[in-house]
Amino acid sequence: MAILLDKNSRVVVQGITGSEGTFHTRESVKFGTKVVAGVTPGKGGMDVDGIPVYNRVADAVALQGANVAALYTPAAFSADAIIESIEAGIGLVVCMTEGIPVTDMIKVKQVLKTSKARMIGCNCPGITTPGVGKIGFMPSFIHKKGNVGVISRSGTLTYEAIWQLTNLGIGQTTSIGIGGDPIPGSGFVDLLSLYENDPDTVALVMIGEIGGTAEEEAAEFIKANVSKPVVSFIAGRTAPPGRRMGHAGAIISGGKGTADEKFKALEAAGVVVEKNPAEIGKRVQEILAKKGKKKK
Amino acid sequence: MKIHEYQAKSLLRAFNVPVPNGDVADTPEKAREIAKSLNKTSIVKAQIHAGGRGKGGGVKVAKTPDEAFDAAKKILGMQLITHQTGPEGIKVQKVLVEETSNIKKELYLGMVVDRARDKECVVFMASEAGGMEIEEVAKATPEKIIKCAVPPAVGFSAFEARKLAYGLGLSDKALSAQFANIAKGLYELFVGKDASLVEINPLVLTAEGNLIAVDAKINFDDDGLFRHPDIKELRDENEEDPLEVIAKNAGVNYIKLDGNIACMVNGAGLAMTTMDLIKMAGGEPANFLDVGGGANPDQIEKAFRILTADPNVKAILVNIFGGILRCDRVANGIIQAAKNIDMKLPMVIRLQGTNVEEGKKLLKESGLKFTVADGLYEAAEKVVALIK
Repeated sequence: MAILLDKNSRVVVQGITGSEGTFHTRESVKFGTKVVAGVTPGKGGMDVDGIPVYNRVADAVALQGANVAALYTPAAFSADAIIESIEAGIGLVVCMTEGIPVTDMIKVKQVLKTSKARMIGCNCPGITTPGVGKIGFMPSFIHKKGNVGVISRSGTLTYEAIWQLTNLGIGQTTSIGIGGDPIPGSGFVDLLSLYENDPDTVALVMIGEIGGTAEEEAAEFIKANVSKPVVSFIAGRTAPPGRRMGHAGAIISGGKGTADEKFKALEAAGVVVEKNPAEIGKRVQEILAKKGKKKK
Repeated sequence: MKIHEYQAKSLLRAFNVPVPNGDVADTPEKAREIAKSLNKTSIVKAQIHAGGRGKGGGVKVAKTPDEAFDAAKKILGMQLITHQTGPEGIKVQKVLVEETSNIKKELYLGMVVDRARDKECVVFMASEAGGMEIEEVAKATPEKIIKCAVPPAVGFSAFEARKLAYGLGLSDKALSAQFANIAKGLYELFVGKDASLVEINPLVLTAEGNLIAVDAKINFDDDGLFRHPDIKELRDENEEDPLEVIAKNAGVNYIKLDGNIACMVNGAGLAMTTMDLIKMAGGEPANFLDVGGGANPDQIEKAFRILTADPNVKAILVNIFGGILRCDRVANGIIQAAKNIDMKLPMVIRLQGTNVEEGKKLLKESGLKFTVADGLYEAAEKVVALIK
């Protein structure tokens, strides 16, 4: 098994006719993803490489049994597209789009609260389950099927971590980029229990960034609820306060949200904290080696 | 995005929040004219995007129009240094001339977005300790800050306004009604214009029994600007670092820092991490730079121009993990930049990911001089070694 994206996932791509949407749909199909439909309002009846395009998400659900939505929609229309998916009964909504206003995400979170849907993003690289499929931007070649879960607020830094694991021969169950926005659809806390309950995941890599309190909340959650070993890195130790470091969410304000504070909280929760990002893979390797010895 | 106090106040006026009468001036003559029309003691305030202006000599009281002229003459053009500007200060281009208020009490009223999980909403913060830095109040006497989270689906309710008003000691019926009107206006402004921060500090209770916003700071969510062209127009590039303005217009995410090792990276997380690694290896990063996923050779050349325009820079580290951004495209950008800019600075290049072999081959065949690194930490160590 894996989490979120598994063999039962049937993906509808919102914004499939845009250049990003088309390109990444092709990449994900090559990777094995079951993409069953696309949606672009006004372009219903078209197809992209044989994938039928509809005007509404509800049609993709009714006619193709879509249960996962991947969004490459323009920022101005994304909140609307996300809510459309949730209302259509989609169980997992993954939005890659960058630049969605915070007030829009506050609205989306209201809708999420009253529905069963789960959302990943916005401004995220997506999800990959090696052997099953991928949604989003993560380069296909970095992944390898295995037993480590990767969850991260970053994009390219996530590729770095996955690539380190793969080069050490360590595969992954599911890798998730939760995105760099101040208000993500799902945070670490929402997803950690999925890994904890996934029998195939034996260890976790969690990559955080400065800003907000998501890592501190995760530390508390891990202490109480996660028995599997977690290796963690936080980006932005040298970032100056008050400046938005690319990601809207990565900002230290009022002395809060620093990397050192987050490292401390994670360490106190029993997480293996690695301050050198080049060593993340090695820490995981050591943990897996120890686990292997115990079993014998 | 930040705006000036005078711009914030004209927005407040539009949302029925009382502010002192006054206007903005860019010459001493205009300042005198405004003071004359106010016909009472006025205050002349430097308009820069930083707090602490009074202590830096950027705020002066003027009893007569001639005094307003003199004050404006002193302030306009000065390099105003405050705890928020950095040591070089910011040049004052405009002053706000307004009437003074008879202060009975100074209050604080602020709004931010609470991003904590499952609490996502707009929050009011109010305190009787007005006129002080709210961060300091929060540290020393957190009990003096009243918070009120506004449920987004319902909006701002009258009882919440009363809660804040009573907490501020404004229990008098007329006063609490005045306050409710101000809070309602601020909420409509915040949500309606995609603000990210509103601070009225101080919100003054005058001897005459009126509430008035004597100072105002409003920041906006950059991602919301596309639907508020009126707000976007308020941007003042004079207040931003000139290199950051060039970067923004080139679609590159750049923040200038104080070190001497420049870095060019794709992705915000990896860019921050690269800075961390430079520091860890004993160097000081000169910047944060994320070229983004869709960068083309022109943008990469522009990024190099920005990096090399900083006179402190002694070496450059390029760290790319190709995903959407392909390594060959990056290599072409580097080669193009080297051709068009006279680059004498030593450079370490680390390429990983999509089309890495093509990228490396292009660089090798270009005859460019640079140091190759494969590992993440190795790259940082090599660039630090170059300047030692």
